[in-house]
Amino acid sequence: MAHAAWCILRNARLRETNRRFRTLKIVEASDSSLLVVLGDAISEELQERVISLFHALARLRDPRIRNLHPAYASLLIDFDPRESSHNELAKLAEKFARQRRPKQERKPKIVEIPVCYDATFAPDLLDIAKRTKKSPEEVIALHSSATYHVCFLGFSPGFAYLSGLPEALQVPRLDTPRKSVKAGTVAIAGSQAAVYPVDSPGGWRSIGRTPVQMFNPAAIPPSRLTPGDVVKFAPIDRGQFDTMSGTISETMSNKTSGAMSPR
Amino acid sequence: MPIRINNPGLLTTVQDAGRHGFSHLGISSCGAADAIAFRIANLLLGNSENAAALEMTLLGATLEFEEAASIALTGADCDCRLNGEAAPMWQAIQVAPGGVLACAGMKTGARAYLAVEAGFDVASVMGSASTDLAGRFGGYDGRKLVKGDMLPVRKKPASPIQESAQKSARNARRLPTGALETLYPSSSIRVTKGAQQEWFGGEAFEKLFSRSYEVSDDSDRSGLRLKGESIRPRDAKQLLTDGIPLGAIQVPQNGQPIILFVDQHTTGGYPKIANVIAADMHRIGQLRPHEQVRFAEVTIAEAIESVHEQEKWLKRIFVS
Repeated sequence: MAHAAWCILRNARLRETNRRFRTLKIVEASDSSLLVVLGDAISEELQERVISLFHALARLRDPRIRNLHPAYASLLIDFDPRESSHNELAKLAEKFARQRRPKQERKPKIVEIPVCYDATFAPDLLDIAKRTKKSPEEVIALHSSATYHVCFLGFSPGFAYLSGLPEALQVPRLDTPRKSVKAGTVAIAGSQAAVYPVDSPGGWRSIGRTPVQMFNPAAIPPSRLTPGDVVKFAPIDRGQFDTMSGTISETMSNKTSGAMSPR
Repeated sequence: MPIRINNPGLLTTVQDAGRHGFSHLGISSCGAADAIAFRIANLLLGNSENAAALEMTLLGATLEFEEAASIALTGADCDCRLNGEAAPMWQAIQVAPGGVLACAGMKTGARAYLAVEAGFDVASVMGSASTDLAGRFGGYDGRKLVKGDMLPVRKKPASPIQESAQKSARNARRLPTGALETLYPSSSIRVTKGAQQEWFGGEAFEKLFSRSYEVSDDSDRSGLRLKGESIRPRDAKQLLTDGIPLGAIQVPQNGQPIILFVDQHTTGGYPKIANVIAADMHRIGQLRPHEQVRFAEVTIAEAIESVHEQEKWLKRIFVS
């Protein structure tokens, strides 16, 4: 069962995506970076290729690469021009971008995120129900039964853009963003879903809150989610939320470093 | 032997050369806005080039030293006084126990750096001492400094004889005449064409390279918002969000360009017409609100040559 939004997009864009599937454009975005462009659409295929390329390059732990930033259909490679060159890194990127990797090679990490949809945490739940002509219970059921994918992270530390929100739940952003959204807030906007990892302003509609810490700068890796992860939301009640809130500090694993090229 | 903050100034944070390797997790590099002034402050003291220092913004801080220290002030032309006497910038200076350093307003430039021998002692978070203001981590408690903060200083290696020799060598260390004019020329900021250059026609580039733009009040370490002649892409298509290089000049719908800077969001959805070159990035950190800025186009090859030249120039001064 899966990514309803993606399936729709894929069908609508299949022809175009296929046409572009083999295209690869490497742009000198600055004197210190390359933008590897695999296409210009949001699609499962492109996303998978970006994530594969990202992981292939990240695995190298190449000291010439300072940062790697995947997005929907592109990967930004940032480097120190005193230490490397566009040519060197373009060659490297091209080698991996042209490789057709079987999907099984990279097993995505599956992350379950408990969510309390209690009214105190979900100021926009009733409004979403009204807009989508569903009961709040149906909204919760739809949100928590979908499978999401981490497209990329941006906006704030640990903020993961999740695709896979059922089409029936797609509502526009708030007209006026909230000045402050609490860390752990689970929100939706357009075809996307997210969990706010740190207190920040935000224009997405809040639907619940997780007691799990999504971002912890002292942990390795600091972010619970990384590009390519699969995400499921699991409903919990207020009692479970309170219990879990008290015991979350040890929740982040210590196994692998989140760095591309630690120095 | 911590240093006490008696007055934090406008925005004083602990920074180093930045936090790299985490932009895929939405974590921006942060780090000194004028990376060269920061580096020179450390070089003047014989520190590691990446030792944590203080970055002060527009209005400097007042600090009290419990113990003797060697310090260096670099960056924006700041009215700094040590125990009431004018304190020179761009050289190592000695502070006696109980000394008070008062840094007031900056006359030209926006950011001054204060380095202390051996560096400030803050924890390294993800490999860097830089303060991430949005993520509230790194630096001193993940925040800007406030009155009463006690900043610990790293212990210097104990080797008195060698040290005094080093000290005298260091005290002689100055920037050569004309160095500041080389570092901070009054010429246009050099840029290369950006990742979405084909989105813009000749008219857009003509404006960017011939008009001057004013740095708006609404500018900070994450981005400098510019005011001036509107720049429009050829057509109003939407860009798919992509990763943003440091110094990218993006053009939102209102046509007013934004230079994305050290604390930037790591992804964005506006087309990028140009990108500040690495060799001029430190000059962006010295732009003040209401200052007029002009841009000049160079090729990627010229940009790369400039950064190599700059590196050679710095090495010539500091490796003897």
